[in-house]
Amino acid sequence: MTTVLEAKHINKYFKNPVLFHVLKDINFQVKKGEFASIMGKSGCGKSTLLYILSTMDTDYEGELYLDNKLISGSDSEHLSYMRNKHIGFVFQFHYLLSEFTILENVMLPAKKLGEKSYQEIEHDAMEKLKMLNIEHLAKKQASRVSGGEKQRVAIARALINNPSIIMGDEPTGNLDSHNADNVFNIFKRLSEEEDLSLLIVTHDEDFANKTDRIIQMEDGKILL
Amino acid sequence: MVNWNIILSIAKTHLLTKIKQTAIAALGVTFGIGSYITLVCFMTGLNTMLDDLVLNQTPHIHIYNEIEPSEEQPISLYDNLKESFNVVHSIKPKLSQKKIHDGLPIITFLEKDEAVRGALPQVKTQIFYMAGSIELAGNLTGINPLSEVELFNLGDYILEGSAEALQNTDNSILLGIGIAKKMALKVGDRVQVSPINGGIFPLKIVGFYQSGIADLDAVQSFSNIKTVQRILGEANNYITDINVKLYDIEKALPLAQKIEQQFDLKAIDIKTANAQFETGTDIRNLITYAVSITLLIVAGFGIYNILNMLIYEKMNDIAILKAIGFSGKDVQLIFMSQAMIIGFVGGVLGLLIGYGLSSLIATVPFETEAIPTVDTYPINIQPSFFIIGFSFAMLSTFLAGYLPSKKAKKIDPVKIIRGL
Repeated sequence: MTTVLEAKHINKYFKNPVLFHVLKDINFQVKKGEFASIMGKSGCGKSTLLYILSTMDTDYEGELYLDNKLISGSDSEHLSYMRNKHIGFVFQFHYLLSEFTILENVMLPAKKLGEKSYQEIEHDAMEKLKMLNIEHLAKKQASRVSGGEKQRVAIARALINNPSIIMGDEPTGNLDSHNADNVFNIFKRLSEEEDLSLLIVTHDEDFANKTDRIIQMEDGKILL
Repeated sequence: MVNWNIILSIAKTHLLTKIKQTAIAALGVTFGIGSYITLVCFMTGLNTMLDDLVLNQTPHIHIYNEIEPSEEQPISLYDNLKESFNVVHSIKPKLSQKKIHDGLPIITFLEKDEAVRGALPQVKTQIFYMAGSIELAGNLTGINPLSEVELFNLGDYILEGSAEALQNTDNSILLGIGIAKKMALKVGDRVQVSPINGGIFPLKIVGFYQSGIADLDAVQSFSNIKTVQRILGEANNYITDINVKLYDIEKALPLAQKIEQQFDLKAIDIKTANAQFETGTDIRNLITYAVSITLLIVAGFGIYNILNMLIYEKMNDIAILKAIGFSGKDVQLIFMSQAMIIGFVGGVLGLLIGYGLSSLIATVPFETEAIPTVDTYPINIQPSFFIIGFSFAMLSTFLAGYLPSKKAKKIDPVKIIRGL
């Protein structure tokens, strides 16, 4: 099995208000098609780790490999491109651009990537929406759909560029159990049918127990 | 790799969903540019009119014989007294003739110069206008009427009658309007004039002259150069003044200096003679630009404010855009293009409004005794003002958009998404 994401000796310090060693020598890999979850108490550094892995946070020590290529230390322009092409994101709060329609929201990362024509992107976006059973919402304004639906739109948006890995920061944290199950089932299906890697930070033990692998964190370290 | 389609479409959506704020920001620019165009067209129109009032009639170089004392008194030429301290009391002006010696050859010489558009002879003299027993002092200038019309716009100042009539009628006069009023004369009447050295000559009035300067109109009249020479009893090479018009006004000063040296005459260039007009023009331009720039700066702050607010409102959007792969530069471009769109739309509207207002002002009646040739407010519409105005709109919105968009570029998405 090939490795999609690999972290080597990741260290991070918060410098404000006092020097604080948040992440201590983190090493781990995510394989292709693997559905991994990161568990841990509040403040153990799991979200911090996720944002380092997502390339949005660049203030750390250590090496990060995406598809076996070193991406630590690249310029922000290149990191944006990597994020756009290879990483899909789902947040706790379903961040959509409220002034755009659902379809436009889903198409946005693909338009930014600019590898396909408008028609192809639109077709792909409709496919993703259909896969998540929300194609009837396509023309609706993003501010006018329910929370569970928004989260599914966010997943569709994360999938639009066929990324190597999907990352989630408590994607079910703000959903009722029905919608949370729904989102989990979507993730599970993506992992099994599309052979997609997933790395999900969660508090929800039920959610974590159903994943392939649980990465347990405590005090900035991974417990094995 | 900048994908303008997507950046512009996001900018457009932001602007359209906040259409009220967008409109207010754009209106700020519109008023700024509109008032700049109106002000500058109106002010330069007035400037041109005021300058023309004086400068059109004024020769670029005026050549005449100055009555003045000799610069060097004979005693200083005497070698034996060179080492002494000489004091001469009560120096009187040198006795010299009013006539320009060899006037006609000098004119021929000047007209050969490439910079010279024309050189016209004049005969100036003091005369009395006779009305019964009353004698009014005045000036009579002998001119070549048609050439004066061509080079010095005499035609603009002829109220009734024409320069052709003055040229073609023997013993005719173009009478100052002030004199005509005092003596209750009309075109076709005869007026008697008397030169200082005696004699009375009846001249036929072929028109009235109104310069707009009342003091001048009360004394000044014009006649054909030959008529004046005849009144004075002088030959037809008697010339007291030469007025030179150049193609390029900037060459007046060097040429005037050259003429003074070469012919030992007094030659005054237009800038020396009318320095105060230049100053007035400069100050009016300064005021115009100061007011316009103030307006545009105010408009710029409006845009700055609105974009700043927009960026605070859009923090979440900015974080998402960055998370899904938009670089800081892309985000900056989104907000920059919003500023530039506001500047462009506001600027173009401003140009249209400025043009409309200027055109409107140009139709408003403006009648004044002082300026006979003007009947509506003078407006000077020039493409360069529109280019400057538009560039300024783009520049000020660029600056107003740059700072907020720089901030948007630097927003850390992690902080926003984690709610820090």
